[in-house]
Amino acid sequence: MAVDYIYPDYEIIRDYDKCITCRVCERQCANEAHEYLPQENKMVCDNAKCVNCHRCVSLCPTRALKIVKSDHTFKENANWSGKSIKEVYKQAGSGGVLLSSMGNPENYPVYFDKILLNASQVTNPSIDPLREPMETRVFLGSKPTKIERDDKGRIIDNLSPNITLSMPIMFSAMSYGSISYNAHESLARAAQELGILYNTGEGGLHEDFYQYGKNTIVQVASGRFGVHKDYLNSGAAIEIKMGQGAKPGIGGHLPGTKIVGDVSKTRMIPEGFDAISPAPHHDIYSIEDLRQLVFSLKEATNYTKPVIVKIAAVHNVSAIASGIARSGADIIAIDGFRGGTGAAPTRIRDNVGIPIELALASVDKRLRDEGIRDNVSIVVGGSIRSSADIVKAVALGADCVYIGTSALLALGCHLCRSCQTGKCNWGIATQREDLVKRLNPNIGYKRLVNLLTAWQHEIKEMMGGMGINSIESLKGNRLMLRGVGLTEKELEILGIKYAGE
Amino acid sequence: MREGQFRNLSGCAISGIFSKQGNRFSGERIIESIAVMHDRSNGLGGGFAAYGIYPEYKEYYAFHIFYDSKTAKKESEDFLEEHFDIINLSKIPTRKMPEITDEPLIWRYFVKPLPTKLAESQLDEREFVSKCVFKVNTTIKGSYIFSSGKNMGVFKAVGFPEDVGRFYRLEEYEGYCFTAHGRYPTNTPGWWGGAHPFALLDYSVVHNGEISSYDANRRAIEMFGYKCTLQTDTEVITYIIDYLHRKKGLTLNEICSVIAAPFWSTIADKPKNERETLTYLRNAFASQLITGPFSILVGFEGGLMALNDRLKLRSMVVGEKDDMVYIASEEAAIRVIQNDLDKVWSPKGGEGVIVQLEGGLV
Repeated sequence: MAVDYIYPDYEIIRDYDKCITCRVCERQCANEAHEYLPQENKMVCDNAKCVNCHRCVSLCPTRALKIVKSDHTFKENANWSGKSIKEVYKQAGSGGVLLSSMGNPENYPVYFDKILLNASQVTNPSIDPLREPMETRVFLGSKPTKIERDDKGRIIDNLSPNITLSMPIMFSAMSYGSISYNAHESLARAAQELGILYNTGEGGLHEDFYQYGKNTIVQVASGRFGVHKDYLNSGAAIEIKMGQGAKPGIGGHLPGTKIVGDVSKTRMIPEGFDAISPAPHHDIYSIEDLRQLVFSLKEATNYTKPVIVKIAAVHNVSAIASGIARSGADIIAIDGFRGGTGAAPTRIRDNVGIPIELALASVDKRLRDEGIRDNVSIVVGGSIRSSADIVKAVALGADCVYIGTSALLALGCHLCRSCQTGKCNWGIATQREDLVKRLNPNIGYKRLVNLLTAWQHEIKEMMGGMGINSIESLKGNRLMLRGVGLTEKELEILGIKYAGE
Repeated sequence: MREGQFRNLSGCAISGIFSKQGNRFSGERIIESIAVMHDRSNGLGGGFAAYGIYPEYKEYYAFHIFYDSKTAKKESEDFLEEHFDIINLSKIPTRKMPEITDEPLIWRYFVKPLPTKLAESQLDEREFVSKCVFKVNTTIKGSYIFSSGKNMGVFKAVGFPEDVGRFYRLEEYEGYCFTAHGRYPTNTPGWWGGAHPFALLDYSVVHNGEISSYDANRRAIEMFGYKCTLQTDTEVITYIIDYLHRKKGLTLNEICSVIAAPFWSTIADKPKNERETLTYLRNAFASQLITGPFSILVGFEGGLMALNDRLKLRSMVVGEKDDMVYIASEEAAIRVIQNDLDKVWSPKGGEGVIVQLEGGLV
């Protein structure tokens, strides 16, 4: 039907004076947006196929290409945006649920951008990280409740299993399947070199990557894909995924087209079958069930691994966190509503969950009020975009952050939000061999190392400015934060003062 | 505005004198020492802690209390009578002088917990006493117990420290240890309770510095039942020390390794056993690490501990002569009372100096 034709959002602009018809753009575009017309020796394009991933733009040798936002428009309407209208057409045509990828892009407040940091002036000195030690090492895990000594009075190490990180950053869960082998290899090698951890997501662990076990978090999610005893014992920690910020309340779905070869083997499911993770864990219908799974996993690994419970930031997140902190879990990971995904129903992604800044502030406060903050460490993600976000998150009370999207950007992702198509031109969110090989793990891992090395420097600079020379003195140090453009209620929840106060 | 309603930052001077033999000497000397550092304070707070001054009542907790009004006094005394056996009570003797004004009612009580109340609480005696102190300080308006140890006492006021010493007739007291504090706050405190030392039970802290970890430390310690009502560094440091020493049973050296922890690079070079213990302490008590400049003197029953922050961002000098140990922000403050020293040195950042009575408690 004619109404189903929707004019593309983006247009490919080619400067024909510069184009040398080398056809790189054509070869690079898995969406087949570019086409060569041999009779006319001319490149043309189909804007409707373009996802605005910039692959062709980046590789065009003569810089002849750019992508611009289309100025095609509906009649202006303050209520019915073009986006809403088009989505109705799409669904009227298909009868299907709208799918999206990556984090919620809608115009909700970003609280990190309304929080400012402190620095020392006069009454105490700032510290120069180039001249003085500046420490970012963190431990994740529960703290001991009492000191035990041997008969000589020496302190006995009674710490429960902990994770040691060189900086308060980890790569968040992205499964092998949702992202490529080369992307996983880049993350694993970067984690090893940086002294941090990456996370398998719910896709099992490829046998090639067992060697990075000390830097791996193995995830157990509702589908239990790829979970077996060796898998659980191969990592530094185990994460139970209860929820994800991009799609709280629902499970996962990796289409059968991606369940090929090693992905199928690693997930321990037949090739071509859809991998559908149920919305809940069907052995966890309440908090006491979670406790049983926590201890089952601890039993399976002989109490040598800390257990992380990952939840999406939802309305009563602090009460849930309080339950988890008493469940035997060592670490709580909270994923905010901006968190990324390889595929999620658009309505869920864009409308469910709460901002991570508010969730973090309220969980940290709640656990302190109940005197159980030391039972667990708190890891937050969704979305951490820079070192400044990390400093603010730690000052609000986080022990560590998870980064997903930032890591993918380092690997070349251009946030075109089309992961669900499986045709990622950057070799990240795809299993197509010709596309996967575009991501060179030797370069990819180095770029991840570069990014976090740079962020670590910046964290040290900001800490030094505040006169703090070890990250633990920043944790929960909310006096180092001030709000701008926030209401009394927002300030109250964040537990911070207004700028000028 | 009253102390506690805002975060009060201050620069300062500190001084301490300790006799390892337990010989008691007059408070005159500490006044002389702190007076030398007049310019390090600005007249907005001074105070002293004195140990071994109440030998005749050494079995009893000595409560020093500020009252804003007679009502507050009445209400507090009712509370005390309900929970303690009060052996003796009196006004703390003071001297009228023009430099010190607006004094509250200042009273002293020698008390012992009532055995029935103590048994009922199921707490050990010191925990019972500290809970009662918190109770009075947070619930009875206009009352503030600023000293609550045995055989020791805190004396503090708004004014220059030397004037505060004379106001309290400190020269009439004899003890084996005195510490002193002169304050240079960057806000104006209108209240005597905000002056230093800050004390809980027999722990007293005088502090020079401004810690950058304040809110991290405060929020962590408040989880363990402490309530930071003054918003000062000294208050939170005192609670951390009380928590680590009394509740967690850490030694003073271990406490130094927690609050002014060695850098990871230093720990890496230590022998295995020591490395493991230091790593354990930094992990288990991460939230008790204090960063930013400080030099502190911690007085306690039978001892004195001096400690600088890990980078030594504040001056602190130690001098020794026979059994006497002198510690001050400036060497001049030691020289003025003892110029003939066996030894003078500046402890390194994070290096605790701990002195204790050689013959045990007197």
